[in-house]
Amino acid sequence: MSTVTKLPSVDVLLVGFGWTAAMLGQELTETGLKVLALERGAWRDTSTDFAVTFAQDELRYYWRGALYEQPSQSTLTFRNNPNQTALPMRHLGSFLPATGVGGAGIHWNGQCWRFLPSDFVARSHNEQRYGRLAAEYSVQDWDISYEELEPYYDKFEYLCGISGQAGNLQGRIQKGGNPFEGTRQREYPNPPLDMTYGPELFRGAAERLGLHPFACPAANMSRAYVNPLGVELAPCTYCGFCEKYGCGNYSKSSPQTTILPVLMRKSNFELRTHANVMKVLKDSTGKRATGVLYVDAQGREWEQPADLVILCAYAQHNVHLLLLSDIGKPYDPVSGKGVIGKNYAYQIVSSVDVFFKDKILNPFVGAGALGVAIDDFNGDNFDHKGLNFIGGGYIALWNTNGRPIETHLVPEGTPKWGAKWKRAVIDNYLSSCSISTHGGVLAHRENYLDLDPTYTDVYGRPMLRMTFDFHDNERRLSNYLTDRAAEIGRAMQPREIKINGRDGAYSIIPYQTTHNTGGAIMGNHPENSAVNRYLQSWDVSNLFVMGACAFPQNAGYNPTGTVAALTYHAADVIKNRYLKRPGPLA
Amino acid sequence: MNDHLKYLMCGLIISVFGFFTSGIAQAYPRNEEIARGRYVMLAGDCLACHTNDGGKEFSGNRPIETPFGTIYSSNITPDIETGIGAWSEEQFYRSMHDGKRPDHQYLYPAMPYTYYRQLSRSDVNALFAYLKTVEPVHNEVKSPQLIWPLGWRRLMTLWTKMFLNKGEYQYDAQHSASWNRGAYLVKGAGHCGACHTEKNFLGADKRTQRLQGGEFQNWFAPMLIENSRNGLGGWTQDEIVEFLSTGRNSKTAAYGPMAEVITDSTSQLSVDDLNAIAEYLKTLPMTNDNDRKFVSNNAALQTGQEIFSAQCAGCHQENGEGVSHAFALLQDNANVQQSKPDTLIQAVLVGVRAVPTAAQPVGFAMPAFDWKLNDAQIAAVLTYVRNSWGNAAPPVTASQVRSTRSALVYARQSYNH
Amino acid sequence: MMSTKKSGNHNFNRREFLGAMVVTSSATGIASAVQAFDKKEMWQPDRADVVTPVRGDKYIFFTDDEAALMEKLVDCIIPPDELGPGAHQMGVTFFLDRQLAGDYGHAYSWYMQGPWPEGLPSQGYQTRLTPAMLYRSAIAAIDKYCVNTYKNKFSTLSISEQNDVVSALENQQVDLDGVPRKTFFDRLLQNVTEGYFSDPIYGGNRNMTAWKMIGFPGARYNYRAYVTKHGEKISLAPVGIMGGPSWKAKA
Repeated sequence: MSTVTKLPSVDVLLVGFGWTAAMLGQELTETGLKVLALERGAWRDTSTDFAVTFAQDELRYYWRGALYEQPSQSTLTFRNNPNQTALPMRHLGSFLPATGVGGAGIHWNGQCWRFLPSDFVARSHNEQRYGRLAAEYSVQDWDISYEELEPYYDKFEYLCGISGQAGNLQGRIQKGGNPFEGTRQREYPNPPLDMTYGPELFRGAAERLGLHPFACPAANMSRAYVNPLGVELAPCTYCGFCEKYGCGNYSKSSPQTTILPVLMRKSNFELRTHANVMKVLKDSTGKRATGVLYVDAQGREWEQPADLVILCAYAQHNVHLLLLSDIGKPYDPVSGKGVIGKNYAYQIVSSVDVFFKDKILNPFVGAGALGVAIDDFNGDNFDHKGLNFIGGGYIALWNTNGRPIETHLVPEGTPKWGAKWKRAVIDNYLSSCSISTHGGVLAHRENYLDLDPTYTDVYGRPMLRMTFDFHDNERRLSNYLTDRAAEIGRAMQPREIKINGRDGAYSIIPYQTTHNTGGAIMGNHPENSAVNRYLQSWDVSNLFVMGACAFPQNAGYNPTGTVAALTYHAADVIKNRYLKRPGPLA
Repeated sequence: MNDHLKYLMCGLIISVFGFFTSGIAQAYPRNEEIARGRYVMLAGDCLACHTNDGGKEFSGNRPIETPFGTIYSSNITPDIETGIGAWSEEQFYRSMHDGKRPDHQYLYPAMPYTYYRQLSRSDVNALFAYLKTVEPVHNEVKSPQLIWPLGWRRLMTLWTKMFLNKGEYQYDAQHSASWNRGAYLVKGAGHCGACHTEKNFLGADKRTQRLQGGEFQNWFAPMLIENSRNGLGGWTQDEIVEFLSTGRNSKTAAYGPMAEVITDSTSQLSVDDLNAIAEYLKTLPMTNDNDRKFVSNNAALQTGQEIFSAQCAGCHQENGEGVSHAFALLQDNANVQQSKPDTLIQAVLVGVRAVPTAAQPVGFAMPAFDWKLNDAQIAAVLTYVRNSWGNAAPPVTASQVRSTRSALVYARQSYNH
Repeated sequence: MMSTKKSGNHNFNRREFLGAMVVTSSATGIASAVQAFDKKEMWQPDRADVVTPVRGDKYIFFTDDEAALMEKLVDCIIPPDELGPGAHQMGVTFFLDRQLAGDYGHAYSWYMQGPWPEGLPSQGYQTRLTPAMLYRSAIAAIDKYCVNTYKNKFSTLSISEQNDVVSALENQQVDLDGVPRKTFFDRLLQNVTEGYFSDPIYGGNRNMTAWKMIGFPGARYNYRAYVTKHGEKISLAPVGIMGGPSWKAKA
C-alpha cells in the first residue's frame, strides 16, 4: 500500500513539456490562470546540455541517444500484424522520441511544413475524384480545414522564424516557392537558408524535368531573428549537427529558443521536472478529469488536482495515458469500433543515392532543414488515375549533415566491410548525396495502438502495443516516388546512382522518421474519433489531447507544423470559449 | 517574496506614488516618502547584498568576500532584535553617512557608506521610512571572519579618518541639472566605484583612478571613463542607457556581478535617471592611452586564431562582429581591452550568461571551457582576441589563467593534454 | 481514504501499479515537499554536461584471448592499406573494450525484461544478452568454430582465412552457440564503424586519421563561410572535441 499525497489544485495542468506544452503554457498564462507543467525528464539548457564545446559528438548524441527517451524507462511493444506476438522495442531505432524539457523539439531537424488543403479531407476528396477506397483503409476527414488552420500555421512560423519562400501568397503563385501549397497570408519571416551544392544540383535537375523545386521551409535561422515574444535566435552556422542533436548556437527553433525565456519568467507558471504522470484521474461520473497522479524522482506519488488537464506528451505517450486512464473506448481492429488507438500511421521513406565523379559536395556543411524539394508528387498535386494509390509525398535533397558514422554512401554492389568498402567510403564521402522520398502512410484498419497483454514498464503499467505494417497503397506510392526520385537523380548527371527502395515488412530497427501519428484522432463524432476538432476529449470535456496523435490521417510531410497549428487553434478556443463556459465545445 | 508578489508590490507602490504626486502627496507625505525611499533602495541596490541566497529579502547574512576576509551583510529589516527595528532615523543616517552603528562601532566598508554618505539627508530618511515597511525577519547575522588584526573593529576609526571623503553631494552649477542628477546617482546610491575603481592595499578607492576599472572577485569591472579604446568613449549615451535598462546593447551584455545590478537596480530606474547617469559618465575625462602595440609574438596569435576559429567563431564570428544583442561584439570592443583580463579569463573558464530581462528575455550563455582548454590555450585565444580586429591590449599569460582557475572555487582541476 | 479503480481494459494479471492508494489530504508542509523547478538552475557557471575522455592503454573488458581475436577481427572489417590505418591501429579494439565495459555494454538504457521469445527480423534486438555478453559469447564461439574448421584460433589464421570466417559470419553460417547470428554481425559492423569514425575521446579514430581520410573537418561548429562555395575543397584540418594538434603551441 503506497501513500499518495494530494496537492493544492491548479487551474491548468500540462502533461509533458515539449513544443505543445510550451505553446499552451505561454498562451494560457496570458489569461492569468495558474498553469503547471509536469515533465518526466530533466531541465535542458543550451550551454549546459548541448554547448558548442561538445555538441558535435556523433557517438554520444545519436548512437547512444543522450537526448532521447530511454527504453529502460519507457518503450512499447511492436508487431507487424495482429497475428504476431508483439515484442518490446529494446533500444531505439525507427523513431526517436525525447525526454526532458523541450522534448523532441530540441533534436528535430526543423523541417516545418504545412499540410495541403486536400490532406484535411483525405477521404472525401479522394473518393470524389478516384472512387471508393478499399474497405481496409480507415481514412477519415479531419473536421478542420486548411483555411481554418492557416492563421495558426502562420503564428507558429513567426514564433519559430522559419526560413523559406512563399509559393502561394494570398492566391498569387510566387516564383521559386512551392506552387502547390495552400494559400498563405504572408511571406515567411526569414528568407531561405543559403543553399549548398547538392541541393542546387537537385534544383537544376528538377527544373530541367519540368518540375517545381523550392527551398524547404526551415526552423534553422537564415539570419538573426527576434520573434513576436521578443525572443532572439542567432543565425545558423551550418554545422551539420542539427537533427538528432541540440543546437548549441541558439539557431534552431525549439521551446528553449522561442518560448521558454518568456514563459519561465512568469509567476503564474510553474514547472516540475522529474514528474512522471501515471494516469489521468477522473471523478465518479467518469466524465470529468480531477487531475493526474504522478511519481517524482524519489518515487513518491502525488495527486495533482486541476480544473483543466491537457496531455502534451509525445503522440504515443498521450495514447498510452488515455488507455491507462480508461478514457474513451479502445479501438478494436476486428469490429472497427472504438476510438483510442485507431488510425496509427507513419511515413514511408526511400532514397536514391547520387554519386559524382568530380564534384565536391562537402556534405558536412549542412543544417537540419537545408534542402530543395519538389511537391509535384505530394497529396493530390498530381493525377492518380491508373496509379492504384492515393496520397503522395515530397521528394527532397536534404543536406543535413556529413557525420561520418552515419554518412557513408557507397555505390551499388559495394560489400558491407573490408578493403572495398573502405575504399568506396573514402572515394565517395565528399562527392555523393542522397535524394529522399517522404510518403504518407494511409490509415489502415490493422494499424493501431493498444495495451500489451504481457510486457510492463518500470512502473508496472502495461506497455503500449504498436501493430503496424506498410500496406499496398503506400508501397505503390513509395515505388512511384522512388522512380521519380531516380529520374531526378539521373538528371543530375552523376557517375551513378543507387536506388534504396522500400520493400519488406516495416522494421523497428533502422531510423526512418519520428513521425508517429494517430491513435487519439480528431473527428466529427464520438463514434469515429477520440477528440473533437478542438482536441477536446469527447468523453471527458476538461481533458484536451495535443500532438500528432490527433491526425486522423497522415500526410506526405513532417508533422511539427501541423501539430503546432492544431495546438494554437485549440489554445484560442480554450481561451475564448472554453474558459468562459467550461464544457463540451462540439 | 516571490516574483509575483514583488511585481504586485512594485505596481502598488508605483501607482501610489503616481497618484499622490498628482496633487494629494502633500496630504499624505508619508506615502510619497516611502515610495521615494524604495526608489533610493533600487538605486542603491541594497537588496543584492542584504539578501542571502534562499534567504528572505533584506534579512542579511549574505557572505561578502573581500581581500581581508568574509563579512556578512546585516539584517536591515525592521526586526527589533536582529534588524534595524530599534534604530532611530538619526542612527540610520549616521550609519549611512559615517559608517557608524548605534553602538558607535564602525561598519566595515564592504558596506559602501563611503559612497552613500553623498546621499541627501532626505533620501536617507526616505530609505529608512521604506525599510520600516518591509517584512521584519528575525535573522541573527554571523560575525565577520577577517584576517588579523582586522577583526578589531576599532581599527576602522583610523580607516574612516584616512578615507572618508567629504559629505553629502554638492550641486555643481557648471553643469546641467541632469548631469548633477547623474553624478549624484553614480557617486552616491549607485556606488559604481565600489567595483569600477581600483582599491589601495587598505581596500579604499585609489582617488586618482576613479572609475578606471577595478578587480572584484575574479572579475574586472571595466573602465567607465571616456577612453575610446577601453573606456566608454566608443559608446553613445543611448547605448549606455540601453545597457543599464535592458542588460544588453549591440556591443555587449551584462553578466557576472553586473547582471545582478541590472536586475535589481538599473533596469528599475527611470529612463530620465539612466540618461542622467550616461550624460555624467560621458563627461569623465580620458586618460593618456597611446600605446597600441602590445603583442609581438605572432606564434601565440596563430595558435589563438586556430582555437578561436574552431571554438569561438560560431557565435562571435570569424571577424569578431558577434550577433547584435545575442553574442558579444569583439571587434574594437572596450570590454576585451581592459587593463586586466580577469573577466575574460573567468568567462572562458566557467562561462557567463547574459542577464535575462523583460526587454531581453534570452539568457544567452557562453559555455565553460575549463574542461577542454588548458591555461596556455586560454591565454593564446584571449591574447588573440585582445589584439585582433582593432583591439590592442596586453597579452594574457598562462600563469594569469592558472591563478584565476585556482581562485574559482567551482572551477575544475586544470586539464592539460 | 480512497482507492483507485483498476485501470485498463486488458485481462492481464499484473501487479496493480499503484497498489491501493492512500490519499492523505493536504496538511501543513506537504506542498513544500514538492520541488518546483528552481529557476536558478536554468544556468550555473561551470556546469557543462561533458564526457570524460577514456584513459589508459590496457584492456579492461577483453581478456587476452578475446583481445587477440578482436584485434584481428576489426582489421578484417576495416583493413590497413595504402589509404590509411586499419581499425585496430586506429584504436577500434580499445574503443570496443571501453564501450563494452561501460553503459553501452551493459545495455544501461535498454529495456531488458523478459519474456524472451524469438523475435521476427522486423522486431530488432530480442536476446537477453547485453552487448557485452553478446560479444563475449560470440568471440568464444568464433574461436571454437575456427579451431574446429582450421585447427587454429582466429588470431593465428592467415588474413585470407580470417576474411573467409568473416564472410561465414556475415552469411550466418557460423554457429554462435545461441548468439543470434545476424544480431551479432550487424552490431559488429556498426560498432567498428563507430570506433573508426567517432571522436577520439572514445579511444578510436586516433589522431582523427579517419576524418582526414574522408575529408571531414571534425567537431567544428561554423561553416558559414563555405556554404555557397560550391564544388570547392575545404581545407580545414579536423579538430576533435578536445582540440587539435595546432592548439598545442605554447603561448
